[in-house]
Amino acid sequence: MWTRAVWLGLRAAAGGRRGFTSKADPQGSRQVTAELIEHLERLALVDFSSQEAVARLEKAIAFADRLRAMDTDGVEPKESVLEDRCLYLSSDNVVEGNCAEELLQNSHRGVEEYFVASPGNISWPKLDEKEPFSHH
Amino acid sequence: MATPMLRWCCPGRRWIFAGIGGGSRHGRGVPTGSTSSGKKGQSSVAQQPLITAQKPRKGEREWAAVVGLEIHAQIASNSKLFSGSQVDFAAPPNSLVSFFDASLPGTLPVLNRRCVEAAVMTGLALDCHINRKSLFDRKHYFYADLPAGYQITQQRLPIAVNGSLAYSVCVGKRWSQMVTRTVGVKQIQLEQDSGKSLHDNLRSQTLIDLNRAGVGLLEVVLEPDMSCGEEAAAAVRELQLILQALGTSQANMAEGQLRVDANISVHHPGEPLGVRTEVKNLNSARFLAKAIDYEIQRQISELENGGKILNETRSFDYKLGCTVPMRDKEGKQDYRFMPEPNLPPLLLYDSGSLPTGADPQQVIDIDQLRERLPELPRVTREKLVRQYGMLPEHSFALLNEVGLLEFFQNVIKETRAEPKKVTSWVLNTFLGFLKQQNLAVSESPVTPSALAELLDLLDRKAISSSAAKQAQCVKTRKNSILIKGGLPPHLQPHLTVSGGRKVPGTQRTLTNKHPEG
Repeated sequence: MWTRAVWLGLRAAAGGRRGFTSKADPQGSRQVTAELIEHLERLALVDFSSQEAVARLEKAIAFADRLRAMDTDGVEPKESVLEDRCLYLSSDNVVEGNCAEELLQNSHRGVEEYFVASPGNISWPKLDEKEPFSHH
Repeated sequence: MATPMLRWCCPGRRWIFAGIGGGSRHGRGVPTGSTSSGKKGQSSVAQQPLITAQKPRKGEREWAAVVGLEIHAQIASNSKLFSGSQVDFAAPPNSLVSFFDASLPGTLPVLNRRCVEAAVMTGLALDCHINRKSLFDRKHYFYADLPAGYQITQQRLPIAVNGSLAYSVCVGKRWSQMVTRTVGVKQIQLEQDSGKSLHDNLRSQTLIDLNRAGVGLLEVVLEPDMSCGEEAAAAVRELQLILQALGTSQANMAEGQLRVDANISVHHPGEPLGVRTEVKNLNSARFLAKAIDYEIQRQISELENGGKILNETRSFDYKLGCTVPMRDKEGKQDYRFMPEPNLPPLLLYDSGSLPTGADPQQVIDIDQLRERLPELPRVTREKLVRQYGMLPEHSFALLNEVGLLEFFQNVIKETRAEPKKVTSWVLNTFLGFLKQQNLAVSESPVTPSALAELLDLLDRKAISSSAAKQAQCVKTRKNSILIKGGLPPHLQPHLTVSGGRKVPGTQRTLTNKHPEG
């Protein structure tokens, strides 16, 4: 699933046509630099540990780039495949909640009724001290 | 609200650097260009060649500050923005959390109608253009109190844009010199709140409570039209009153229902805007102006001493009274905005465009909401001035204290005394007394009826003004004694009656009407 998210992020970074330009790479370089990899890894917490992974990424960008071949001048962008659907509005009633015990079963560490996380933000080792990414 | 007047502030919107720490240095160039463009409002300056400074007058080089605000108000609704769990301030941790709030796989957002109405009403009250179509997006960042890894917000096309907010500030030294200023409302958007993190430094861990995760927020973005802490505080105060009058948010800063982030930069008048910093999480009305003014001064000092301003995020340290850089923001944040794939566009209607045969529960009519808008503070104040002939600053004071307006109106209803006398008494003697005793209006042992009668007596000249003041105080000074019933004898002589005559009705009135406590 994350692959698609990365694609979309990259398209935005590389294309820069819509509102979601990446500030790090506004014009979009065809080259996938080590800097870009590191940036993406930190943003998305995905692991591009091998050269094979980077090659796959470059192929993915090239594949998505084929969209540029289309002339979309004067065409209104489609925002959502749901644009013809009705957005359902719920009435403001309390119908959920009160399941702390059940939810806390999902985390293997808890303190009283709190979830526990490590302090500060999610850390990421620097490029030179990188280890294989371990899932918590 | 008596804010201490800053010497440099507001009249000409100019800041004179008062030469803190030894005055200006020679050879000062132009403020440096910005390192990156700002997201909202302020444009960045292109690289400027350094020019040699003109001979600066001792410590007197004018600065102008630019302040923009992003205000987050928690929507007063029963359930959350996209789920049916309850919105409540104090509840056992993680007890008000649904599967969607905890971001469990397979859950989907369902938009709460009340939150949309709250956003539209607020937009109408701030003279915004309501977008008939608005969109939801995902804003991605990783933090333990954001279980989904993204926040659902409205980045591309928010629900309301281009409004304005009028507020009043005092100019000059006297409270009575008030002027009205306006700040542009760039946009209002609906977004989710995050959970709460409690940092346990002892055990090096963070405790997460998701009760707040998913609560609906209104983000109100104010244009950088303000120039000092006092203006910002006044604008926030007026917005608070508006939200409370509309009922769209209780906007209580102490309970975290209203949070303010400020974007601040300084520049020399006539020159391009400077680099801005963002000061986050100003959650106290008291410190809002202080924090902003500190940051303005810090930037001025930094630039005057030849330094640069970094485009960074800072927070206000209440204990130290200064802004400090926030550690967690390493490098530039890229939020990787993308459309929220699970929500179609939000469509709003007016009386002219209502789809026929539609379920009224599923359709929001802007015109209907406009008709039902409660009276705004500005209108209430104008009415008070017109009806009772009071000065504008009195109307401000009456609305500034919770419950005071209602109290005042109840007294007016029951008394024969002139409105101007009532105004003066309520705002000076009564309010002063409450402040002295540190009581809220709701805790006042003096009821409106009691005060009305007291003022009647004063009006009839049955008692003197000083007697009336003492009577008001006496009624409440010894609450416990009064509960037992009747003023103790040693307090009664305090009621000096003009002419030396004891008016039997006076004492009886006071003893009978004493508060239940």
